[in-house]
Amino acid sequence: MFSETIELRGHIIDSLILPKVLDEILRAGGSFKIHQIKIGQQRVDQSFARIEVSGPTHETLDELVLRLRQHGAEVVEKADVQLASAPADGVFPANFYVTTNQQTFITLDGKEIEVRPAIMDSAIAVDGASQRATAVKFYEVRKGMKIVVGHQGIRVAPIQRSTARTEVFEFTSNVSIEQPKSAVIREMARELKRARETGGKILVVTGPAVVHTGGAEHLERLIEWGYVDLLFAGNALAMRDIENVLFGKPRRMNLDRGSLDDEGHENHIRAINAMREAGSIARAVEIGVLQRGIMCSCVRHGVEFVLAGSIRDDGPLPDVITDAIEAQKAMREKITGVTIALMMGTMLHSLAVENLLPANVKTFCIDINPVSVSKLTERGRFQAVGLVTDVEAFLRELTDCLAKLDAASARDGGKA
Amino acid sequence: MRELLLCPPDHYGIEYEINPWMSRARGAEAALAQKQWKDLRATLSKLDCKIELVTPQPKLPDMVFTANAGLAVGKKFIPSNFRHKERAGEAPHFSRWMEEHGYQISWLPEDYYFEGEGDALFVGDALFCGYKFRSDIKSHRAVADILGCLVISVELVDPRFYHLDTCFCPLPEGGAVWFPAAFDEYGQRAIREHVPELVDVVPEEAAHFSCNAVVLERDIVLPEGAPQLMTTLRECGYRCHELPMTEFLKAGGACKCLTMFLPQRSAVPNAH
Repeated sequence: MFSETIELRGHIIDSLILPKVLDEILRAGGSFKIHQIKIGQQRVDQSFARIEVSGPTHETLDELVLRLRQHGAEVVEKADVQLASAPADGVFPANFYVTTNQQTFITLDGKEIEVRPAIMDSAIAVDGASQRATAVKFYEVRKGMKIVVGHQGIRVAPIQRSTARTEVFEFTSNVSIEQPKSAVIREMARELKRARETGGKILVVTGPAVVHTGGAEHLERLIEWGYVDLLFAGNALAMRDIENVLFGKPRRMNLDRGSLDDEGHENHIRAINAMREAGSIARAVEIGVLQRGIMCSCVRHGVEFVLAGSIRDDGPLPDVITDAIEAQKAMREKITGVTIALMMGTMLHSLAVENLLPANVKTFCIDINPVSVSKLTERGRFQAVGLVTDVEAFLRELTDCLAKLDAASARDGGKA
Repeated sequence: MRELLLCPPDHYGIEYEINPWMSRARGAEAALAQKQWKDLRATLSKLDCKIELVTPQPKLPDMVFTANAGLAVGKKFIPSNFRHKERAGEAPHFSRWMEEHGYQISWLPEDYYFEGEGDALFVGDALFCGYKFRSDIKSHRAVADILGCLVISVELVDPRFYHLDTCFCPLPEGGAVWFPAAFDEYGQRAIREHVPELVDVVPEEAAHFSCNAVVLERDIVLPEGAPQLMTTLRECGYRCHELPMTEFLKAGGACKCLTMFLPQRSAVPNAH
C-alpha cells in the first residue's frame, strides 16, 4: 500500500467534510488511519484532522488525493530518508535502520518507494539513480553503498489482523495441546486449497521427523496433488527419505514392524553413496535408482527444493549446499511469491526460514514439542497458527481433509 | 433600510463563455437588459432599499453581477478572487469602491478562489459557502478566520448552479429556499441539519433561477417562472415580486446576482 498524509482544517464536522473524505477514501478502495483529530469546542471553533491515506497503487492514490484536495485536504510533505555510506564491505554505517519482516516504504526525493524484499534483520540500501530500495544482508553490502540511517522517512505498513470469523488464524492466540485439532486442521486444509486455486505458492519446511514418524507417504501425496510448490530441508530429511525408500529401514528402525534391525546403522551411508554415484537426486530418479519417496516426488512433480547443510551431516548428499550463506541466498531467491509456509518437525530450520519470510506469509507450525511451536508462533507474526501434535498424525488428517475437499469440489463442479 | 450595491448594465453582454448558460451565439439584447435592470432597481427602491451604484467598466461585462464583488459583514469587506481571468479585472474596481465607502478590506491569499456573496450566504449564525465550480473550500476556512463565524461548506455538483446563490436562498427566521439536487449528498445533509425550515424548488422552476431572489424581510424579488414557489411563499406570508430576467439568465444570473448587500450582516454573529 502507498500512502500520503493529509490534513483537513475548518468546520469539517458541521460541513460533514470529514465523513465525506473518509467515505471517499473507502469508496476508492483505499484505507485511512486518523493520526490526530482536534474537534472545536465552540460552534465557531474550527476542527483539525491529520489522516494517513493509503491506496493499492501510486496511481490510485494520486487520483484519490487529487479528489480529496477539492474538499480542502492539504498534503503533508514527507521528509526524505537519511543516508550514509557503508564504511567497508560487509559493514553497515553507524545508526543504520534495521528492517522488520513487514512491508516497508522509504521516502526518497519526496516519493515513496517500497523496500524489497520484506525481510527482517537487514539494512536498506538505496540506489538513487534507479530509485530502488533493497533490503541487504551483511554479506551483500559493499563499501560506499548508500544505507538508510535513523528512522526519518520510513513507513512500515503492518499487516492488519484478519477479522473474518472463519479464518484459521482465529485460533492463533494460544498454542496449547488442548486445541480442537481437527477443526484447526480442516481450516488449514481450506487455506491450502484456496492457495492452490488462487495461484498462491506453498512452501514446506520439514525435517527427518516426517520420515521417522511414518508421515512420508502423506507428504508424497501432498506433492502429487499439487499442494507443495517448494521444499526447504536439510541433508537429514532427504537422507532418511532415500534410505527409507532404498532399504525400508531408516535409523535401524523397521517402520512396518516398529522394531530395530541388525546392521541398519549403515543404510543411510549406503543411501548417500548411491546418490553421490548418480551425481544428484534428480539424476538418481532419472536412471531409476530412486523410484518413490518425498524427494522422488519432488523431482517428478517439478517441486523445487533447497537442501541446506549442517555441521553434523553425514555425507552430505550431492544436492546439499554446505555454505550457509549460499544456502540462505538460494532460499531467499526461491521464497519470492510464497503465500503459505507449512513448517513441520524442525525448529531450527523453521526459525531460519521464518527470518527470511515477509510478514504477510501465513505460517502453519506443527511440532510434537510445545516449545518449538511457541517459539515459531510468538515471533510477532499475525498470521501464524501452531499445532502441538505428531507430524504423521497431522499429515494423515490433513491429507484426508484435502481429499474430501477435492472430492466435494469435483462433485459440485460436476453438478454445475 | 437595507443598502444594496448595483452596477448599471452599460457594458453588459455575452462576450465569453464561463458557465453552461452563456453562449456567444445567443447574445443579450442591450435595450431589453437595460429595461429589466431598471425594473429591478425600481422594485428594490420601492421596497425601501437604498441603492448604491458602482461605475460600470468597459470590457468587464459581468460587473453587473455585483453579488460577486465580495462579502460585506459589518464594516469588513472580503473581495472576491475570481476563478476566471475574464472576471478578475472587476476586483480592483469593487474593492476601491468599498474602501471609498468606509469598508475595511481583508484580502484573501491570491490562490484562494472566492466569489463573494454569490457563494456565501448567512442563515442564522452560520455562513453557508458553496465550493467547487467557482470558490475553493480553502477560501471558506480563510473567511471563517477573518469573520470568526461558523462556516458550513457545501459542494455544488450541477454546473448549471455554479454559485450558491443560484440554488440556495436564505429566508428570515432561519429558513431557506433551495434546489436540493444542486448539492452532493453531504451538502444536502449538512443543510438539512442546520436549516430548520426548507422550501424545496422543483427542477423546472430551479432552471428559471427561482432561488436567485433578493429577500427583504417579507418581500421577495425573484425572476419570473416560479408559480409553484410563489404559491408556497405566499402561503408562508411572503409578498412575491416577480420580474422578467431573460437577458441576464443568458449569462447565468438573475435578481440576486445583480445585487450585493451592504452589508449582508451588520455584525458578525457570535464573534469572538
